[in-house]
Amino acid sequence: MAQTETEIVEGIGSDYATKYGFSNPDEAKDYFFKSGRGLSHELVEAIAEHKNEPAWMRKFRHDSLENFLRRPLPMWGGDLTGIDFDNIYYYIKPTEKQAESWEDLPADIKDTWDKLGIPEAEKKYLAGVGAQYESEVVYHKLQADLEKKGVIFLDMDSGLREHEDLVKQYFGTIIPNNDNKFAALNSAVWSGGSFIYVPKGVRVELPLQAYFRINAENMGQFERTLILVDEDAYVHYVEGCTAPIYSSDSLHSAVVEIVVKKGGRCRYTTIQNWSNNVYNLVTKRAVAYEDATMEWVDGNLGSKLTMKYPAIWLMGEHAHGEVLSIAFAGAGQHQDAGGKCVHVAPNTTSVITSKSISKNGGRAGYRGLLEVAKGAKNAKSKVVCDALILDEDSRSDTYPYIRIDENEVDIGHEATVSKIGEEQLFYLMSRGLSEAEASAMVVSGFVEPITKELPLEYAVEMNRLIQLQMEGSVG
Amino acid sequence: MALLELRDLRVALEDGTEIVKGVSLAVATNEVHAVMGPNGSGKSTLAYAIAGHPGYEVTGGQILLDGEDITEAGADERAQKGLFLAFQYPHAIPGVTVTNFLRTAINAVRKSKAGVDDPIPVKEFRADLFAEMDRLKVSRELASRYLNDGFSGGEKKRVEILQMAMLRPRMAVLDETDSGLDIDALKVVAGGVKELVGPEMGALVITHYQRILDYIEPDYVHVFVDGQIVEEGGPELALELEKSGYAKWDKEEGKEAA
Repeated sequence: MAQTETEIVEGIGSDYATKYGFSNPDEAKDYFFKSGRGLSHELVEAIAEHKNEPAWMRKFRHDSLENFLRRPLPMWGGDLTGIDFDNIYYYIKPTEKQAESWEDLPADIKDTWDKLGIPEAEKKYLAGVGAQYESEVVYHKLQADLEKKGVIFLDMDSGLREHEDLVKQYFGTIIPNNDNKFAALNSAVWSGGSFIYVPKGVRVELPLQAYFRINAENMGQFERTLILVDEDAYVHYVEGCTAPIYSSDSLHSAVVEIVVKKGGRCRYTTIQNWSNNVYNLVTKRAVAYEDATMEWVDGNLGSKLTMKYPAIWLMGEHAHGEVLSIAFAGAGQHQDAGGKCVHVAPNTTSVITSKSISKNGGRAGYRGLLEVAKGAKNAKSKVVCDALILDEDSRSDTYPYIRIDENEVDIGHEATVSKIGEEQLFYLMSRGLSEAEASAMVVSGFVEPITKELPLEYAVEMNRLIQLQMEGSVG
Repeated sequence: MALLELRDLRVALEDGTEIVKGVSLAVATNEVHAVMGPNGSGKSTLAYAIAGHPGYEVTGGQILLDGEDITEAGADERAQKGLFLAFQYPHAIPGVTVTNFLRTAINAVRKSKAGVDDPIPVKEFRADLFAEMDRLKVSRELASRYLNDGFSGGEKKRVEILQMAMLRPRMAVLDETDSGLDIDALKVVAGGVKELVGPEMGALVITHYQRILDYIEPDYVHVFVDGQIVEEGGPELALELEKSGYAKWDKEEGKEAA
């Protein structure tokens, strides 16, 4: 194990910042289609027209826009007043059609992806790569054995075109288009994202991965993902997000809907590292039926403001839900992250584990909801939230909302707040580690209960991101 | 030239209280020195000051390693130059495995030596680690446990010596390494130290009791009372201390004895 890990570390190299902080200057001119800035019914119609969508989806988009315009900005969580909705490109499509293979990709996109290491990663791990470049999925590949098993792994636009009935049945049912202002926005202008269907009894052993990038100034990303896991099926979906650094504010507002049917299991892993000007406002919700398991593993490192609370509705008996959340806030960052579990059926269980770290004046918090509906007897839930504060200027908040309408339940909540001890640092430094390395090591250890749940490659990436965040933060 | 040299070293706590009141000694490679003193004499303060703990202020004198003045150097820099402190109470680092920690520390030292990243090849690291673990009778299972997290007292001390064996320092300072060890563990730990002392390494063993010196025979013994070295001699001095205690030098203990 240790050997593989190190080999990967060596393979990734030490040029991480250069690798991920780039942008491609010639790209912006060459878009195939770019909407004007700002939001209107005309824009929504243009998107639907451009994608040649069915009438019901057009109507859904227009209704969603109405919901978006009607709803006020949320007054809780973080400060959203800096978002200039009129100054955002809501839709950009970079290439004319989807590429079938690596060779078909335009050269500048390939160049960007080479820097991200996609082909190597694919060789090593990927069962299929759907990657979002700008608002549209441009490259997509499904390995032959997945197709044989009947697994669908498409970008959402293709999913709608090729599996309209299935999409229509579930799209917008887990997260309705009036759920919240940003889900409404996504529903109006969504583009890209993944559509996955795993048939009954099929286990997808390798994680399905998608790489996401924002690479244009003032550009919104509104990807939409729908995952359907049929009875006794299993899938692990992984998304990693890295973004180049731009000076003006950017908005990312995704919607992820998941259905896990009887006995099925789904794990959804996210590591996001948006640049520090991005508003990351994401709605993620899953429903788990009888004996099903849903797991969200959610790592939030970048962005200016993240508001994200992956939710699980436990609809059938013995359903199990798990949310593992890491939030890391540095200077100028606010991570308002957490999880929600709603116990609707009896004998359901859930665990929410949150680890938040704040430094250099950053603010990281846990906001969570645990709800047990009347009749959900013997529901069992445990919420653990630990905060690590690295200096005096930084802040941690905990908002654990609990609503229980049933008497026969077993609910536990633990919260700790700690600081890195001088003695711990001295111990590590007395072995030759610099103060930054020592701090990074303590932080990596702090989040280890979550990183150990990540696929190896992502665990390594996560630790690297933490190291980068820690460099120059102390001393 | 001495490997580690203390020249009239004075150390105070942050509140200004002077604990170490002018200590001079010189340890060469291939030598074991023992600093023996009663509780509260300032032994651990001396150890921390040598290792560069930021909570202890050197108010006078110098610390030299291989002739280089390291009095102002940070703890990390001292370690990179080959100084090692085996802690009396090693700290737990939850979530960080012994393996991961050791590899990171070794690579930090290698990087400072080479001036560029020079990570230890994985095969070499694993071979070394398992060989040293076996030699020090540390269960291999401990390699994947979190550093000192939930370790027994004996396991912690063995892992300190394991770290020393892996990092191969020039100069080892052992702070009360014998405390909390049963006799079998003590033999293993002492054996581990003894094997490393040689042309490449010298050691300073800080202890209250003579016990550990039965297994690591010192070349020199310094009796340390109330922040000062009050007597020096060969290994026979340790035996004498074992019989008569520190009463002769220690006013407080003297009173109790009387």
